[in-house]
Parts: sequence; structure tokens; C-alpha cells
Amino acid sequence: MMQTTEERQRNPWLAKVHLDGPLLLGLIALAIISLFVIYSAGGQDSGLVQRQAIRMGVSFFIMLIVAQINPKTFRHYALPIYLVGVLLLVAVLLFGEVGKGAQRWLDIGVTRIQPSEILKLSVPMLMAWYCSRSQIPIRLQHVALGLIFILVPTLLIAKQPDLGTAILVASSGFFVLFLAGMSWRTVTSGGLLAAASLPIFWFFLLRDYQRQRVLTFLNPETDPLGSGYHIIQSKIAIGSGGVEGKGWLQGTQSQLEFLPERHTDFIFSVFAEEFGFYGVIGLLILYGFVIFRGMLISMRAQSNFNRLLGGSITLTFFIYVLVNIGMVSGLLPVVGVPLPLISYGGTSMVTMMAGFGILMGIATHRRLVISPS
Amino acid sequence: MPKKRVAIRNHQAEAALFSRRAVVTLGIVFVVFLVLLNNLYTLQVKNFQEFQTRSNSNRIMVLPVAPNRGLIYDRNGVLLADNIPVYSLEVLPTEVHDLRATLEELQTILELDANVVDDFYQRLRQARRFPQVTFAEQLTEDQVARFASIQHRYPGINVEGRLQRFYPHRELFTHALGYVGRINQQDVARLRQQEIYANYAATRNIGKLGIERYYENLLHGQVGYQTVEVNNRGRVVRTLDFTPPQPGQDIYLEVDIGMQQLAQYQLGTRRGAIVILDANNGAVLALYSNPGYDPNLFVNGISSADYRELLNNPANPLINRATQGRYPPASTIKPHLGLLGLEQGVITAETRIWDPGWYQLEGVSRRFRDWRQHGHGWVNVTKAIAESCNTFYYDLSHKLGIDEISSFMRRMGFGERTGIDIAEESPALMPDRGWKRARFNEPWYQGETLSVGIGQSFWTVTPLQLATSTSVLVTNGRRIQPSLLHAVGEGEQRTTRELIEQEPIVLRNPQAWQTIRRGMEMTHTDQHGTARNAFRGATYTSGGKTGTAQVAALSDETNERPDIEDVAEHLRDNATYIGYAPADKPEIVIAMAIENVGGGGRNAAPIARALMDYYFADEESRQALLKAQAENYRQLLAEAEERAAARAQARAAAEQEANRRQAQDDANH
Repeated sequence: MMQTTEERQRNPWLAKVHLDGPLLLGLIALAIISLFVIYSAGGQDSGLVQRQAIRMGVSFFIMLIVAQINPKTFRHYALPIYLVGVLLLVAVLLFGEVGKGAQRWLDIGVTRIQPSEILKLSVPMLMAWYCSRSQIPIRLQHVALGLIFILVPTLLIAKQPDLGTAILVASSGFFVLFLAGMSWRTVTSGGLLAAASLPIFWFFLLRDYQRQRVLTFLNPETDPLGSGYHIIQSKIAIGSGGVEGKGWLQGTQSQLEFLPERHTDFIFSVFAEEFGFYGVIGLLILYGFVIFRGMLISMRAQSNFNRLLGGSITLTFFIYVLVNIGMVSGLLPVVGVPLPLISYGGTSMVTMMAGFGILMGIATHRRLVISPS
Repeated sequence: MPKKRVAIRNHQAEAALFSRRAVVTLGIVFVVFLVLLNNLYTLQVKNFQEFQTRSNSNRIMVLPVAPNRGLIYDRNGVLLADNIPVYSLEVLPTEVHDLRATLEELQTILELDANVVDDFYQRLRQARRFPQVTFAEQLTEDQVARFASIQHRYPGINVEGRLQRFYPHRELFTHALGYVGRINQQDVARLRQQEIYANYAATRNIGKLGIERYYENLLHGQVGYQTVEVNNRGRVVRTLDFTPPQPGQDIYLEVDIGMQQLAQYQLGTRRGAIVILDANNGAVLALYSNPGYDPNLFVNGISSADYRELLNNPANPLINRATQGRYPPASTIKPHLGLLGLEQGVITAETRIWDPGWYQLEGVSRRFRDWRQHGHGWVNVTKAIAESCNTFYYDLSHKLGIDEISSFMRRMGFGERTGIDIAEESPALMPDRGWKRARFNEPWYQGETLSVGIGQSFWTVTPLQLATSTSVLVTNGRRIQPSLLHAVGEGEQRTTRELIEQEPIVLRNPQAWQTIRRGMEMTHTDQHGTARNAFRGATYTSGGKTGTAQVAALSDETNERPDIEDVAEHLRDNATYIGYAPADKPEIVIAMAIENVGGGGRNAAPIARALMDYYFADEESRQALLKAQAENYRQLLAEAEERAAARAQARAAAEQEANRRQAQDDANH
């Protein structure tokens, strides 16, 4: 097998700790960029950077731990984890700290976590498990049941309401279906069906503030000081960065606090303002590299479960990038999705790094098989 | 369920399917990245200029800085218009938690007016781009101190100080200095039209009246600019650039505060105006109109109650009587007419007429009376001036005719604005045939010429016109424009005003000037002179002319006067006066008009005497004189107040009595 020869060329030390070198390099590069941008966006608060560095350390450690686990284990526990996750979501809706608008946190003593984060990984696991039980391409009736697996947690999360996470969870499931060879006809008719159901979505599922976000997205300049303010200021930040950027710590939009959510959801605007179009190209290349590497690992995986899980994790990461950059640059409505690995904040990063741990595990836990050819 | 199949799976085909799908998704990822990049390219490269501009205008704010207004001094350097610091409470609403509660708390603590919070919200709604809004103005020192001690509890609320006009002498100079007031809509329109509105970007007040208005451009100065970087809440983060404002220029007036004060003391509670000029350069040494009012009321916006009180005051304090008061000149214009008679050859210095106490036009039965019932006997022009003989002037004006009189008196400055450097000036009225026709659609009657000959009928003058015409008389025809302004600026930049003179009046017979002035001297010195009592024992030579203008035309038959004192006062004669000193080389000219006090000889001339005494006295006696007069003045005001109170009380009592009677009558019926 070709892979075996390549495997031998790999760093034996990295292989021993079940880490994928190129992917690790990409993640570390993003983490370093994150610390610099957070320092600037947070008003040069080194405490903020320290806390983020600690979170990153913890997240990388979790990634390392997860990477040691053979993906088979996840396949084994996919269904129970999924069921526990859904139960937790129901628990949040019933007894959780919901009630104050968009609160979706559960306090479990040491840190606060969001049960919806578990679903970000358990939905692709379940779907990968489900689709790999039989041959792929997946059949239509399996697609139908798969959709139910996806929609139950998605709707529970959307009800919290957390539109960003709902989108991420749903897309992680859809990606598995797509990668599992769901027929193109199903894909297009499903797409049409989704488009047709948009009005229902709009009138019955979206909250007022979510509708407002969409309306504002459609024309932010109508309400420049109200809800359009964020998008306008973000676009001004990005646009005024120009080709070369204003320089690190020199972004006036962020330093003077015109930008909202500077170190969290809108951190890309800070980056774009200070590092310009060149910096933006560089960042997208880096993200593209991580995605490409993730897909490569998935393609080289030895089982359908591994392939589907790895592909879904990688593409969900892409959705993060797309939705975040799309929303801060005015292409998409504002939904609370952080820029992966760069935005300040712990919970989603832990989940994401756990996902990358699974990818690393897929890359390194390999059966020695004799090539059929 | 379909039949369970034996899973002979084609792993390779499944891996290939996955890879195909993976490649498709990677392609989609690539395309999506291109879309994202294209959008970012549009923002950062194509529309960079636009966003850069918007970013700059976001953060950079140009704040105008108001210049300090120039100060105004009198000729001795006594400060007449000062700038004093005033404090206001400014609020950055975005920095304050629970704005309304905070403001209400401050209102209680600082004991502010009850409506400040509502007023604040009104201002907040109209707030400009700069998000700082004034909460309370005109804080007292005590309020400032109290707030300073608790300021740390109120982030976003600051005390700000600025300079505001203050007139330390209050009503003494109001009619000369004027005042500044809030810039209103009309001011804005005018400033825009003059294209100097930008210069007022930070200015709150503008000259509304008097010197403050006339020399607004000198006093205001040049606005400064502060380029600042602000954060999203409008708080100034740092100053990028500062262009300091150029303060307005200081102004020195010709007025002498001592003479002005004395004029005020002398007028006391009487309505009227006094103008004192330097005969040789038109300098206005005093310009006082009584009653005055406190100009400080207007600086920060006068309350409507205060304003109504000023408007409805029967004494009309808002009118500048010195330049806007239109009085019949009465006999004060007899020297001018005598001059015209001499110049025209209608009379000579020796021409005599017999005055039986009246004058009669040929073919008219009506007799024009002299003020002295049995006449002055043989009268020449100098005696006619000194004794103010009407009959002589009936005859003279009849011989001159209205056309001649009108055109000459215009050259003397009557019926025209003098051009003094305040805008509140009336041309008064020099009547002629054309005016009569236009005004009443009537021809000019000869009898009216006789009335004009003794300064009555339609002829009105301002006290300032009387003064300037007198200075023409005593300078052999020089027509110098009166000026309140003396100099502008300080030190080396100081520039003194230039003399503005119109073409002088040149007589074919220059001897006439002396003749007329001899008559005016005799007014003060001759044993029959109308002002002899006032000027008895003066240590300097002087000349003058008194006037007594009838206010109410009382017919010969029904010479009735109402009994009530208040009404009678309004029917009493106005006193007018012109004078100058010294006689041989005149330095100062005095003119005045006093309303409803009686004859000029008795009521106006003594005031002129006091003013001239002051002018010729040394510094020490001047101070003593002012001190004594100040004491009298205070007493006078106190008495007047008492009288007014007593009158009000009596009126109230009378009303009560009337009501009681009415009630009794009603009961009886």
C-alpha cells in the first residue's frame, strides 16, 4: 500500500503520539495568529491573551488525548453519546439556564459548557456510524432516517436559540450524507425542498431578533446606528484595511472600539483591518491548507466510518470559516459563529480541537493491511 | 425491508466514491473561498478609498474652539465689558448608566431647577453629531464645589468652564455698549449670508446691540480647531492637531466713565438722555439714556417675565433716548437759525425788531405768542438767542422760508443719521414741503414755518443730533462724525480710530459764527440769559442754549389740566439744552433732552453746569464730586421706590374701598 511507504517517512515521534505533522503545524500557526490578533483586538490586554493561551494549551492537550483513542471506539459509542447529547439538550430546554433570551449554558462546576457543543461531534459520529453500517452509496430511506437524526438536535439547538450552532450541527450531518454518496437527485431535490421550506422557517422558527439580523443583513445602511451598526462598522474596518493593512495594533476601527465583538465574533475584521488584503489571502490559504489536509486524511482513512467522520469534521471546520468571514464581510447574515481557532473563547475551541484530535487519530491509528492489489 | 444481503462489499469502490465526493467538496470549498476573497477584494481594494474615508470620519472629529471675546474699556482703561468664567454640567449619555435616574439624583443633590431633566432630554433629541450634551448651565461656585466632591461617582458627567460676557457697570453703559446674546435664527442667516458662519462654529453669543453689535467683527476673533480622535462613545481619546483660536481685539471707547456716571446721577429718576462730545474730534465722552436696564439679563437669554417687564415699563428703558429719542428741539435750534439768517443776509448782527409779545402774519388773525407775555422789547439776534425770544424767530423763519431752513438744517445734521458707531440711531425728522405732501397730502402752510422757527411743529431731533450740530456751531462749520470707538487693540498693535469728517459748512460771512456764539455765551452770562442762574459763578467760560418743548398742545380757551399727578406729569414740557465750553476755544459740547420736567433753563442747564464743572475740575475734586453725587443718587432712587410703593398701596386701598362700596350698593338694592 502506498500509505505504508509514506508512513515510514513520517516523523516516528509524531506517529508514536498519534499526531499528524502538517495538520498540527497548520493549527499551531492559527493559534499563534490568534494570540496576536486578540492582543490587538482586546485593547492590548495581556491578561486576555494569557487566558486564551491557557485555553489553547488545554485544547491542544485535549486534542492530544483524543488522538490516542482509536476511532473504532467512537464508532462503538456513537449512538449512546448521541442519545446522551440529545437528552442534555432537552434538559437544557427544560431545566437549564434558559429563560434569559439566548442563554444556553450549563454550569457544571469548574467551567460552563454548552451541551450543544457535544452534538457538534456526536452528530457526525452518529451519522458516520449510521451510514457506514451498510454499503455506500447510501440509500434514500437511510437518508430519510438520517435526516431525522440530524433534525432532532438541530431543532433543539435552534430553539435555545443558537442559530450558529444549529447550522454547524446540521451541516456536519448533511456532509456525512453527502460524502456517503447520497444521490445527486436527492441532493438537488432536498435543496429545492429546503428553499421551499424557508418561509416556514422564517415565520415559525426564527425569533424576532434573528429575523431582524437577516433583514439588517439584507440592507444594513437603512439602520446605521441600530442593528445595521455592527455590519457597517465591520465592513468599514475590513475595507479601510486596504491592501497592506493599517498594521498590527494600528487598526483604528478596533482600537477605538467602533467594532463590536472585537475579540470574539468580529475578530476577522480586526485582522483584515490591521493586516489588509495580503493578510486575508494568507489566512485563507492557511485555512485552506488545514481543510485540504483534513480531507486528505479522510480520503486515506481505512474505513467508511473514519472517512465520513473525518470528512464531516473537516467540512464543518470549513463552515465555521465560511459563515464567520461571510457574516463579518456582509455576505451572510450575522449568526453567532466564531472564527475557528482565532476568536477568543473556550468552549467551541475545545470541541474543535477534540475534532482535530479525532482526525489525528484517524490519520495515525492504522491497521496494517495488505493491499488487495 | 429488502432481503438481507450478504455483505460482500467492494471496499475499493466505496473508497473511490468517498474520494470523488471529497474532491467535489474540496472544489466547492475552493470556489467558496474564491467568492469570499472576491468580496474581500471588493471591500479592501476596489472600495478602499470609500471605507478609508468612512473610517477616518468615524474616528476623527474636528471640534471648533471658541475665541475669547475682546474686552471693552473706557478711555481711561476702566473695564466696561468683561469675560468671566461660567460653569456647566456636560453629559456623555453613552457613558452613564441609567441616565434618567442619575440626572434626577444630581438634580436633587445640586438643587437644580425642577425641569432640567426634561430640558436635557429635549436637547438630547436635537443633539448634534458630537455626543456631549449640556445638562445644567450657570452653575454656582457652590454647585461646582459640591459636584467636584462626588464627581468620581458619575463617570461621563463633567463640569466644563467657559468665558461669558459680564457688564460690571450694569445699566450705566447699556445704551452705548449694548450687549451680547444667544445666536438666534436671524443671526445664523446673517452670518451665512456674510459667509462667516464657520467662524461662529463654537460661539454661543453674538453682539446684539450697541458697540457689541457694531464692532462684532473686531470683538469676536477667529475660531480655533481641535482635531481629535474619538472612540465609538464619542469620548476624546487624544488630540491630533490644535489650531488655537485668535482672541477678539480689545476695544477702547471714547467714553469717560466719570462723566457717564455723573450724567446718570444728574438725570436721577428723570427720563431723558445726555450726550457729551469732544468738539474737536467727535469723541463721545458720555452717552447716557435714562432709564437704562441691566444688559447682563440678556447674556444668557432673558426670561420672558423679565423681558415683558422691560417691554411694558412705561418709562421705555429699552429705547436709547440719546440716539433714538425724537424730541422737538424747541429753542435749542435758535442759534442755527440765527446763523442761517446772518448767512443769507436776511438779518445782520445789528438787525433789531420790536417784540410786543406776539407775532402776526399778514392777513392772518392768529397771533403767534412769545413765551414772555409782554415781549422782549427791541431784540437783535444775540439777545434773541440769550433770552430765547420767539417773536424774533417767527419773523426770521418767515423771511427765510421752509425750503431754505430745511436744506440748511440738513447740512447741520438734522433729519439725517449722524453715523455714530451704533446701529440704533434714528434720523428723526427735518420736515419740508415734499415730506408734508407725501405724509399728509397737504401743502406746507406758512404758520408751520413759524412753528419750525421755534423748533416745534413736525421738527424732531435726537439728543445726539443736537450735540453734533452744536459742535458744528463751535468749530466754525466742521462736520465731524461722532464716534464711541477710540482705539482697537493692545500695545504695538493698538490703532486709534481715524477722524471722519464731511465737507465743512463754509460761510460767505464767517463773522456769523462769532455772532451766534456770542448769543450763546450771553445765555449763560447775560442778566436776562435763560441759563444765567445755572452758570452763575462758573470758573470757565461757556455758551449754550436752552429749550422748552410743549408736549401737550393746550388751547387758550380750555387751559385745563387734569388733577391726578401721574397724568399731569406726562403733559409737562420737555427740557432741552445745548452747550459748550470753554467759550473761546470750545473743547466739549453737551446736549440733552429731559422729558416732562418743565423748562430747559431751570431743569437742563444746571445739569450741564455740573457736567462742565466736573470736566474742568482736577482729579481730586472730580472724585469728591462723584462721591457726593452717588450718595444723592442712591437717596433719590430709594425715595422714588418708596413713593412708588406708597402709590401702589394707595391705589390698592382705593380699589378695595371701591369694591366695598360696590358690595354695599349691591346689598342695598
